[in-house]
Order: sequence, then structure tokens, then C-alpha cells
Amino acid sequence: MPNNLKHTGNKLKIAVASGKGGTGKTTVSANLAWAASAIGLDVAYLDCDVEEPNGHIFLKPVIEQSRPAGHLIPKIDSDLCTGCGQCAKICQFNALLCLGQEVLVSPELCHSCGGCIRVCPEKAISEVSREIGRLDIGHSGKIRFVQGVLNVGEVMSPPVIKAVKNEGADTDLIIIDAPPGTSCPVIETIRDCDKVILVTDATPFGLHDLTLAVEVVRVMNLPFAVVINRCDIGNNQVLSWCQAEHIPVLAKIPDDRRIAEAYSRGEMIARALPEYQSTFTDLLNKILADFPDTERHAS
Amino acid sequence: MKELVVISGKGGTGKTSVTAAFAALASHCVLADCDVDAADLHLILNPRVICRRNFSGGKRAKIIQNECTACGLCQSICRFDAIQIHNEGTDAPTFTVDPIACEGCGVCAHFCPSKAIDFSLAINGQWFTSDTRFGPMVHAKLGIAEENSGKLVALVRSEAKKIAEQRFIDFILVDGPPGIGCPVIASISGAGLVLAVTEPTLSGLHDLNRIIKLAHHFQIPIMACVNKWDINEELTLEIEKQARSQDVRVCQRIRYDPAVTQAQLETQSVVEFGNSPAAEDIKNLWHTVSERMNEL
Repeated sequence: MPNNLKHTGNKLKIAVASGKGGTGKTTVSANLAWAASAIGLDVAYLDCDVEEPNGHIFLKPVIEQSRPAGHLIPKIDSDLCTGCGQCAKICQFNALLCLGQEVLVSPELCHSCGGCIRVCPEKAISEVSREIGRLDIGHSGKIRFVQGVLNVGEVMSPPVIKAVKNEGADTDLIIIDAPPGTSCPVIETIRDCDKVILVTDATPFGLHDLTLAVEVVRVMNLPFAVVINRCDIGNNQVLSWCQAEHIPVLAKIPDDRRIAEAYSRGEMIARALPEYQSTFTDLLNKILADFPDTERHAS
Repeated sequence: MKELVVISGKGGTGKTSVTAAFAALASHCVLADCDVDAADLHLILNPRVICRRNFSGGKRAKIIQNECTACGLCQSICRFDAIQIHNEGTDAPTFTVDPIACEGCGVCAHFCPSKAIDFSLAINGQWFTSDTRFGPMVHAKLGIAEENSGKLVALVRSEAKKIAEQRFIDFILVDGPPGIGCPVIASISGAGLVLAVTEPTLSGLHDLNRIIKLAHHFQIPIMACVNKWDINEELTLEIEKQARSQDVRVCQRIRYDPAVTQAQLETQSVVEFGNSPAAEDIKNLWHTVSERMNEL
């Protein structure tokens, strides 16, 4: 059992992602965190799907602390501002508009690049934090739990994702539940991970979106492997594609109506259907086996 | 002209399957796939691409190596950790921009004392106008690990609108992305009607409530329907109750039906695939939704 991971000093960051939504990212990541905790690992579960965070439904954490998550936006000192317009000119995101002597800020468009502050010749711009979401920090049994929640109506999730990742960095194993898709929120989530587990289902949609997700992790040079959920629902093309591409398939989870029902009620599969515990324990061991330092202690 | 956007909050609830079936049921419409970072509608509609264009949503920095003096200023001012140093500690360090981390803010290029950073339009993806068996379609593919999905969504919608005007088609059907962030807001802002497709799970309930708030926030009329309702009837009732309490019209439920996946394997929408419980339910749902569209 790899129960000595905490002594290796290595922090492993594993992201669970997918191109397509609803393939079972949260099921896999929450049950992986459960499996790690069950064998005594010091583990954190980070929910980076901040637009629709659902891990809390299954892990039912005790939240010890909530605090705002924000991004930095410019604040114009109108006494110092001469209306020269250089700030609006440098801003690539149309967050600043110079009208005569006045500069209008559209905070939701600001990417916090700091260009306006640096360019202002009058030093009339300072930075203030603007809340766009919140962080919830707590635990579920021995699993450390962190989730980010984007406020409804906000456009940009990456700053909240960044805040979640900064908060969860001190356990030995970190399981990250990523948002769906292939664009900025996913990139922000997986960019510094040690391995990405791509969850798909065995349908044409699942296969298509898996190929996109694989392109992303390949471009980013991240080690990855696949889990096929509802592996018997459609056809074998996901499996044969993975074989042709030499992509390891670490687990296959059947289309079991009892899993769907337990999921619908917010129950952890590993608890509601103990016969699936070994699926997640085996998956965890296969993931850990990829890291030689971990494996050395995993005897 | 009327525009219906199908969204879900949570992914994988059946948005695209419902949209494809609606396309088959609507006599003539313009289709827009706004799930630009994981588009799937084309897998059912098998579009014949007529026109393919590059999409550029923003700029990207690139260091011109023979102009660069390796002063390192760009690295110290980049807020996105996008400037990488190579051969650090040697007498010939070099700097490059990590195109994936680059946010396109241009701060490095503006302040570079040697003017050694090129900052020009980047290609962030491609978009297509196509013909399908149900009418014209506009769709897109965001480049791998690219940004600006919201702008690409806005472009897809405006091109769909142009085609609708040119061809005198008065209905646009939009397949939306999951979530509540940038691409979703770009998909629904200014739309005539939003249909939220959810599933009877606690996750589905949680995410539906957030998407209802979003639609209310932008004052867009929203209807909701529960897909695969018979997986958990109790939760279906609870979801419908909570939706109604937020003044959301609840429409026809759709039964869980393996025919939906079987149809997908045959590149068909479920209503083309023959008689099945899901096809019957979606026809009833379409009836309700199109009536509501006519009231707008």
C-alpha cells in the first residue's frame, strides 16, 4: 500500500478533466480522493469547475472557512487623471474607455494585466481587488476540501481557479476536478499538473471531445491517461482509438443504472456500491505507479 | 427573427441530442453550434462545409530573438508567467513567450526597451458556414488551448443571424456550451428564449439553479425540461418545483432511453431514428417550445 507518500516530500497534482461535460469527472475525482484517504494518504480534493462546482454534493464537506475570491482591477484617481487616454490605448480587453477628461472602467472585462497602471504618466491608477467569486475551505473526513464558486453573471473563471489551486497546495496528493471543455479555464486548471486523467464515455460525442482534450494535453506536454465511463453504452471506438494512439486506459466503468441512481442522490459510488471500491483503488494505484518516487514507497 | 438557445449549466445532460432533434422537427432553421471548445452537433448533422475562415480574437506576443537584449524586463512585468527563460545563469540567456500562458495583454511588447517583441493578431480558431439536411449551419472550432471562446461564440451567432436575414429564415436554433461563464453569457445575451435541459441529479439541480439566476440576471426568458427524468422521479419533482418557484416555465420531461445513444451511433437525431419513448417526448417538448417561441 502506498501509505508512505507523505514521507517522500513529493506533492503529486492529478487533474481529472474531459472535453465533453457530464462524462463523470466529479465521480472519478471524488472517488479517487476517497480511495486515497482510505489508504491513509494525505489528500486534497480541489474543485476547479468553478462555474458549476458539484464535488461538494458527493463529499459533503464541513466548510470551515469561506472567503471572497477576486481579481485586481484599476481604480482611477480623478484628481490626478488628465484624461490623456494612454490607459485605454494599452488595454487589449476594452476594460477602459477614455471620454474627454474621464476614464470609465468596465471591471468585468479586466484581465488584471497591470498595463494601465504601468503606462499612466500621472500615477493616477491604483489596483483594488474586486470580488468575482468565493473560496470554500474545509474537509470531508480526512480529505482536505477546497472549492471555488464563480458568482453568477461573472465572465472570467481563471482568477477563481487560480485562488483554489493556491489554497490547496500543502497536501501530498492533490486531486483536481477540472471544468469541461478545452479553453482557458481548463488550461489554467491543468497547466502545472503532474498527470491529467481524461474521463470520457463510449459514445461518438465522447470520442470526438476526447480527441480534442488529447490534443490539448499533448500541446501542453502533460502526461495523461484515459478512463472510459459508461464503457458499454455505445461502441468500442473510444477503446480502439486509445489503443491506436498508444494512450493508456486506466479504468473502465460500466453503464450501471445503480451508479446513475446513486449519483443522482449525491452518493459516493465507493460508499453506495462497495463492489466498485476496487475500481477506484486500482485506478489510484495505477496513477501512483507512474511516479517512480511514489512507487518506491508503494510496497 | 427568433432565436432559441439550448443550454444546461451541467454538461452531458443532453443539450446536443435535444438540439439535433429540434433541428429535425423545425421545418427550416439556421443552426449555430456555440459550444466552440467541444462542438458535437456536426457529428449528427454531418454538415457540408461551404466556407471556412480563420478566427482571430486577440493578439499574442512573440520575442524577436535578434533584437532581444535579454534584459528580462518582460519576464518581470508579465502577470501571467508567460515569459520563459532559457540558459539561465549562463552568459547567453534567451527569453521566449509561452503561447499557451500568454494572455494577449501586450504589456511586454509596449514596455520592451528594444522593441523586440512582436504583438500581432493571433489565429485562435476556425469557423465554418455549412449546409445540413435541416438548413444552413454556422459552427466553429477553437484552436487547441486557445483563448477568446466568448468572442468566437459571438461571431458564430452574428453570422447565423446574417444568414437568416439573407435567406429569409425566421428561426435560429443555438446549441450552447455548458457552465455559466464567458461562452455561455456570449451564447445567451440578447437571445429570444433559453431552454435549459437538465437531469434529475443533485448536480443537475444545483447547476440548473445557477443557470436560471444567470438568465434572470440578463433578463432572458427561460424554460426548463428534465431529461432522463425516470432515473429519479423524486428529484425530477423537486427540480420542477424549484424551477417554478423561480418563475421558470417547466416543459415536457424526456424519458431515459437508450435510443438516444443508438441514434447518435447512426449519425441521426433521435426523432429520425424511428419511434422511441425519447422521440415521442421530444416531439411534445418541441410543440410546447415552438408555441412559446410564437408568443414572443
